[in-house]
Amino acid sequence: MLDSLLQTLENTNVATAIREGAVLFPWIECVHVLALTLVIGSIAVVDLRLIGLTSRDRGVAEITAAVLPVTWTAFVCAVITGVLMFSSNAATYGSNLYFRVKMALIVLAGINMGVYHLAVNRGVESWQTAAATPTRARIVGAFSLCLWLAIVAAGRWIGFTINAPT
Amino acid sequence: MAIHSLQSFCNWLASTSLSQAIQTIEWIIPATQTVHIVAVAAVVTSALMIDLRLFGVRWQDQAVAAVTQRFLPVIWWALPVLLATGAVLIVAEPVRALQNPVFYLKMGLLVAAVCITLACQIPMRKDVRFWEVSQRRRRGAQMIAALSLPFWVGIVFAGRWIAYVQG
Repeated sequence: MLDSLLQTLENTNVATAIREGAVLFPWIECVHVLALTLVIGSIAVVDLRLIGLTSRDRGVAEITAAVLPVTWTAFVCAVITGVLMFSSNAATYGSNLYFRVKMALIVLAGINMGVYHLAVNRGVESWQTAAATPTRARIVGAFSLCLWLAIVAAGRWIGFTINAPT
Repeated sequence: MAIHSLQSFCNWLASTSLSQAIQTIEWIIPATQTVHIVAVAAVVTSALMIDLRLFGVRWQDQAVAAVTQRFLPVIWWALPVLLATGAVLIVAEPVRALQNPVFYLKMGLLVAAVCITLACQIPMRKDVRFWEVSQRRRRGAQMIAALSLPFWVGIVFAGRWIAYVQG
């Protein structure tokens, strides 16, 4: 079922063009790398503030308001370019261990973010403007930082376990 | 002659025991590339944050100096990490980089981006409000910001293209 779905994806015109063209894949990968540097860089600004290491003179709410639009824009670009690269060799990527690990880590990062919004930033008024953040916010920030570093590493390992220029 | 000696330098470097060790231990190159990408993320994001402030679309309530004091040190700390991890990758595969025109394009873009960053930073050493005292200065700062972004983007793109272009 999944196999035939991936095969169908691989046979689309777009996927075929990316697979068979000499320059499409590298250009898409360039945009993917640029987008992911902005995703992890901007998330790190928030995470380091949550941990309490940087920007302590600025409230958490102020930091997130300024930075998260950058994160989301870059994330959408990373997903679109990621799907395009995936489609060019869907069956191979789908069965790659590091690809699966990377997807699982992104889901975990999403859950971690959900936990932050639903549970951790309760009582925001009392601590979002203060220099110190509660322990639960520090844990979420540190976990997020670790997850995104692991996501970058997993992405790099995909390139080395799939037959492609690295 | 110069090309010939570069060739023999690359061959010598690739034959050193250090290079051999890096090539043999499989995880070193992807791990080094991961650190390299994370450092690139630190630089590109910091440059973008400063540029967005100079354009006046982010951190408007803060002085330019407050934003540069927060993000410029990140750029200067990440650069040695980039040079060190980049050096490991060169030692691992000398031909891939040193005999690749895209590598030299990337280094050229890097020098230009560093100069542009210094052009923003140095005038602020004497006067932290340098870029804010007049409309003309604000325009100048925005020109620097607009100029810097394509260079950082070019560095990222060239970095990836090194893998696809052979010298």
